Amino acid sequence: MKDAHMTAFKEEAYELLAELETSLLTLEETPDDSETVGRVFRAMHTIKGSGAMFGFEDIAAFTHEVETVFDLVRKGEMAVTKELINLTLAARDRIKAMLDGDGAAEDPGAERAEAIIASLRALLPGGDKDAHGATADSADPRPGPTAEDRGGDATFIYRIRFKPPPDIFLCGTNPVGLIDELRRMGECTVVAETDAIPSLDELNPELCYVYWDLLLSTTRKIEAIRDVFIFVEDDGTLKIEIIDEGDGTPGDYKKMGDILVERGDLSPEALRKVLGRQKRIGEMLVEDGLTTEGKVQSALLEQRQVKERLEKRQAVESASSIRVPSERLDTLMNLVGELVTVQARFSQTAGSRKDAELSSIAEEVERLTWELRDNAMNIRMLPIGTTFSKFKRLLRDLSGELGKDIELSTEGEETELDKTVIEKLNDPLVHLIRNSIDHGIEMPDVRESLGKPRCGTVHLSAVHSGANVLIRIRDDGAGLDKEAIRAKAAERGLIAPGAVLSDKDLFGLVLLPGFSTAKKITNVSGRGVGMDVVKRAIEALRGAIEIDSRRGAGTTITVRLPLTLAIIDGLLVNIGEGFFVIPLAVVEECVELTRGDAARSHGRDIANVRGQLTPYIRLREQFVVSGEPPPIEQIVITEGSEGRVGLVVDRVVGEMQAVIKSLGRVYKDVDGVSGSTIMGDGTVALILDVPKLVKTAEMREKELI
Amino acid sequence: MGKPILIVDDSSSIRQMVSFTLKGAGYNVIEAVDGRDAFEKLQGNPSVGMIVTDLNMPNLDGIGLIRQVRASSSHKFIPIIMLTTESQDSRKQEGRSAGATGWIIKPFKPEQLLAVVRKVLG
Repeated sequence: MKDAHMTAFKEEAYELLAELETSLLTLEETPDDSETVGRVFRAMHTIKGSGAMFGFEDIAAFTHEVETVFDLVRKGEMAVTKELINLTLAARDRIKAMLDGDGAAEDPGAERAEAIIASLRALLPGGDKDAHGATADSADPRPGPTAEDRGGDATFIYRIRFKPPPDIFLCGTNPVGLIDELRRMGECTVVAETDAIPSLDELNPELCYVYWDLLLSTTRKIEAIRDVFIFVEDDGTLKIEIIDEGDGTPGDYKKMGDILVERGDLSPEALRKVLGRQKRIGEMLVEDGLTTEGKVQSALLEQRQVKERLEKRQAVESASSIRVPSERLDTLMNLVGELVTVQARFSQTAGSRKDAELSSIAEEVERLTWELRDNAMNIRMLPIGTTFSKFKRLLRDLSGELGKDIELSTEGEETELDKTVIEKLNDPLVHLIRNSIDHGIEMPDVRESLGKPRCGTVHLSAVHSGANVLIRIRDDGAGLDKEAIRAKAAERGLIAPGAVLSDKDLFGLVLLPGFSTAKKITNVSGRGVGMDVVKRAIEALRGAIEIDSRRGAGTTITVRLPLTLAIIDGLLVNIGEGFFVIPLAVVEECVELTRGDAARSHGRDIANVRGQLTPYIRLREQFVVSGEPPPIEQIVITEGSEGRVGLVVDRVVGEMQAVIKSLGRVYKDVDGVSGSTIMGDGTVALILDVPKLVKTAEMREKELI
Repeated sequence: MGKPILIVDDSSSIRQMVSFTLKGAGYNVIEAVDGRDAFEKLQGNPSVGMIVTDLNMPNLDGIGLIRQVRASSSHKFIPIIMLTTESQDSRKQEGRSAGATGWIIKPFKPEQLLAVVRKVLG
């Protein structure tokens, strides 16, 4: 493209040179014709300007000399002489030679050029004394207002007062644009000073009466800030002062009065006078009409921003991190867990004593314990971003191997998760991303023929959702083939042929062991030992996985994980002699179930909860608890990925913090129970795995039918 | 597509370069060969959002164009950028007092041009 511009320039330059020749010859006959002088000047000027832009610096520099002379002629400071015409014609030939020579470095005519320049300079009224200076000036490629001089890491705080000339709008400048430009440089507070606005009948709507006080914390140098105002700095007022150079120490920043005096908004005498009466200085100044509310406001903001900046800097300096072996954290967590248990027992005991003093201590201990628990858990939290960045590399390598063009975008890197969860999450996520790359995204040519961009995208995101973190892997690839899944499932006997399944259930089949619809096994995936492993790993983290897909549009896999593995908020319920904990995250509400209600549903375990039919599971039956249920039972309504399901219990005891203890190897295959916890009085309560329970109940129901 | 930018220069190579640069950055461009042509085109295209003009041109030069535009009712407040080889302040000053919003000193690189255009368009 540059060549095309070059050619265009050359063509134009040749034309101009031809015109120059004619003009010069005309000029020889009519030396006083100012129009012809103007034409000569413009031709030189254009050759110079364009020459420099298209890389013919030598032509530009040479032409500049000739132009300088003609500028004087144009201004009437020099007469057109025969000698001048001769020299200019020689110069014109020289320029043509330079154009022909393509601006080559080794130019045999260079000496000739020097000679022409020397003679031209000799013609100048003042000799050649400042001609050289002018050359240097024009050759200086002034960077213009775009100079991107970044400072170091130090953050400066600038105080800027920008008072544009009243007619700024008539220069086509929008002051708001300039202020926005500053805002993009860093933290910026802006106060518009309105005291110069006249009354309505004197107001000219085309003038700008407002001016601005700004405080800007940025790492950029003062030159960069001046550059923002480059087109307006000559008119109006622009004051830029550095009020903190990034080395200040925290402490009290200047007093309000001092700031105003320093800015020249208040005289020191006035300040002293007012300081005699001790009131809030800002208020007093405004009351006395010595300054305006806006100015005080702006000074206040300065005080605040500088202070905050200084404090922040100190915080950064002192917030150095320490590395701690993770076992110590685990020990801490265990101890906190024990403490929570003991505290629960303490509260329970205190509650039964009816001793006001003991109760208040118990409450205090409870508050501290909870805080300690939250803090201890926080220590274990890490942002998921590090894991995400590992995937970038994985994606790069794999897409290269498969000859696909894939981009990875991530979102929510700062989302924090328990360290153990993050570690255990790595493998399943690798698997899911591999799947997306291998089965999801099509080859570039295929994509193109489908009207998709050649480059596929895999989007990884993490987001908080209540007590859970949702991790999504979304690709814009082929999507899952429902029919292939259905056929495969039927072939394997997982579903009855022709069974009606929701999309969710159908996609859920992919997660079963030994299920892969990939037509060929690649290095990357397709052996069908993927998704079930992923599912198990995620369930081990008390998480869940869900697949959503549209044929041709892509697949989204959502992994739902609890924030932490160590402690959950639970609802303690009681059936007969036993206690159970239902994770509070899934609990929606509790309603009563009388025998009459149960009888009305004709043996089908369905309750009418405010008009909504809700199936329920009798935990008493599920866990084969002996004895008679009380006349009024409770249904704990849960809302999970399986929909709304009620769990019927004898009694709802209340909320509790459950420190999760695993059940040990013997019980690890027990369905419907995910762990246990020890209550305040030492009783063991089982933590229910609601989705599992629901699924087991569903299966049994189907068998019955 | 935003409002078109009117570029005014008697040098076709400069016009071509400026126009190419601006079009490449997604702007619409209208070209004019001198001040008189520019003013006529401006009347015909009230949607023009910005003018980039050279100073030395036949018929009506850049300064004259700026004065005329600022005196018009339709484009009184339009941003105008002048292209100038003059590093001497006098010419620049003349342009500024005529009402130019900003200036670019030739030679300039495409990035500089775009930076100034973005800056002025906000």
